[in-house]
Amino acid sequence: MTKRFGLQAVVDQLSLDIYEGEFFALLGPSGCGKTTLLRLIAGFERPDLGHILLDGVDLAPVLPYRRPVNMMFQSYALFPHLSVEANIAFGLKQDRLSRREIATRVADMLAMLRLEGLGRRKPHELSGGQRQRVALARSLVKRPRVLLLDEPMAALDKKLRTDTQFELMALQRTLNLTFIIVTHDQSEAMTVADRIAVMDRGRLVQVAPPAEIYERPRSRWVADFIGDINLFQGRLGDDRLGVEGTPAGNLYAASKPDADSGTVVWLAVRPEKIRISREAPVPEVANCTSATVVDIGYLGGMSIYKLRIRDGSTVRAALANAGGAERPIGLDEQVWLSFPPQAATVLAY
Amino acid sequence: MRRRRTSSTWQRFALGLPYAWLLAFFLVPFLIVLKISLSQTAVAQPPYTPVLDVLAGWPGLKAFFAALSFDNYRLLATDSLYLLSYVKSIEIAAFSTLILLLIGYPIAYAIARAPRRWQPALVLLVVLPFWTSLLIRIYAWMNILQREGPLNNVLTALNVVSEPPAWLASDTAIFIGVVYSYLPFMVLPLYATLEKLDESLMEAAADLGAPRWKIFWLVTLPLSSSGMLAGVLLCFIPIVGEFVIPDLLGGSQSPMIGQTIWMEFFSNRDWPVASAVAVVLVCLLVTPLIIYQHQAMRLIERD
Repeated sequence: MTKRFGLQAVVDQLSLDIYEGEFFALLGPSGCGKTTLLRLIAGFERPDLGHILLDGVDLAPVLPYRRPVNMMFQSYALFPHLSVEANIAFGLKQDRLSRREIATRVADMLAMLRLEGLGRRKPHELSGGQRQRVALARSLVKRPRVLLLDEPMAALDKKLRTDTQFELMALQRTLNLTFIIVTHDQSEAMTVADRIAVMDRGRLVQVAPPAEIYERPRSRWVADFIGDINLFQGRLGDDRLGVEGTPAGNLYAASKPDADSGTVVWLAVRPEKIRISREAPVPEVANCTSATVVDIGYLGGMSIYKLRIRDGSTVRAALANAGGAERPIGLDEQVWLSFPPQAATVLAY
Repeated sequence: MRRRRTSSTWQRFALGLPYAWLLAFFLVPFLIVLKISLSQTAVAQPPYTPVLDVLAGWPGLKAFFAALSFDNYRLLATDSLYLLSYVKSIEIAAFSTLILLLIGYPIAYAIARAPRRWQPALVLLVVLPFWTSLLIRIYAWMNILQREGPLNNVLTALNVVSEPPAWLASDTAIFIGVVYSYLPFMVLPLYATLEKLDESLMEAAADLGAPRWKIFWLVTLPLSSSGMLAGVLLCFIPIVGEFVIPDLLGGSQSPMIGQTIWMEFFSNRDWPVASAVAVVLVCLLVTPLIIYQHQAMRLIERD
């Protein structure tokens, strides 16, 4: 599918399968086209090229109000002149359901989203979290085939956001609906989604479950966008497992990349996979080098160590503050850092 | 400390300014008119009695108040000329406000939905006629609506009418003039409300299964009610008291209230009756204003 605004393709020759009952996340920096993709599915935009198939039927020519999908808006878009109940009932009334049916389903929705007793309030009389739940109730009450969520938690504070993420997951499991969420918050996508599509400049960069995206990113861009990562540039060795001539010497991974030996590649390793010790590991292991501690960032549950290796470049390592008897490693100490080959990935681009 | 005192004095001055303005240019003149409405006409300068003479002291003041009466209001209630005049004014104002709403809403809606960069130009076009004096524009309409005028020339040329109709000196001419002159007052507040409407509300309604006409009926229209109310009052109130347009374009059989006041004042030189007519008019118009105030306060609370 392709969608252009002017000359620029905001969604560029994109193909994607989303499975029934899946919690799917579209993740990417702002302007990557994820919201446009969502609006294409909702019907607020029309694709210049391509199809949107739902149960084998092309939705592309179908007007938004006839599509069996519902959207929860980033701004919530609650009707300010209608009560909470009337907001939730709005979609059911369009379907000409009986009064009684509407009343039961609205009441069910209010109960499910812990909004009992708020039905007669107007949106401006609610807190931010309550408004968010009303918006969710309004988009769920029609039992859509697909629920589209556009940055649903952007307006909530951090603590509430975490709680809401788990609620959303529970809701999706109970209702067994297909959810598509758009977010720029990678930890949110990792928490809620079964699969994540990472987008950049209108294209899909990687589509995979969260663990795979984190552990086996397909490119430096994905690795860098999702979490923190150390990259060591070098040349791929003859066995296509070793990376030669990196700032930390020759380093090894456990799986072969999709690249020829001799080409420039990057060995990627997450900070929390790096071990730090005062003495050199015995027996000698692969991927081991000496370093100096130049900075320590204390984050509570863990600390981020900035280590300078022999060529002067820095490596970040994350250590859990387990509270052992051992004296913690301090600034300016000489240490050894190491990581097993299984912890590393070789990236060709 | 000193600076704070000065700033608070300034603040008080600034806050008091609108009240002082209203006192000097609204309340005091109104009280004078109210007083004249309770007086009797006289062949004198000024043409009514009693005239308050502060130098006469307490007895003079007592005589002054004793001489005031509600006779003029009694006349207003008994002579059907005045009643008919009020009814006619309110009829014309109500009907032309309705036409203005029906014409103004689509215009405001179209401007609010036009591309952002065109909007200032379109708003300017709506306001443009204000750059010419109202009187000149009404004279232009007199010319257009003449029996041998451009409108009838076009109509006869197109064979719409066989006999050129007389437009002038009719209620139709008043409606044309009023709707033409007041359109910006209807379009601007409507545009201001419609332009602020959140587009995502319309999308949400569509997403929930509402076709376009229902979105308009269930979302756009109720959410623009404050703009409609403002536009209706901005048009209705001045149209009720309109003088120039009915005087130049309308007939003389049944005058609007503005014309009646003018007649009493200048033709009959009956200042007290003219004042009584004006006082009743103000009271009639204050009612919709209070409703508006009430609505506006509710909207402010909501935001």
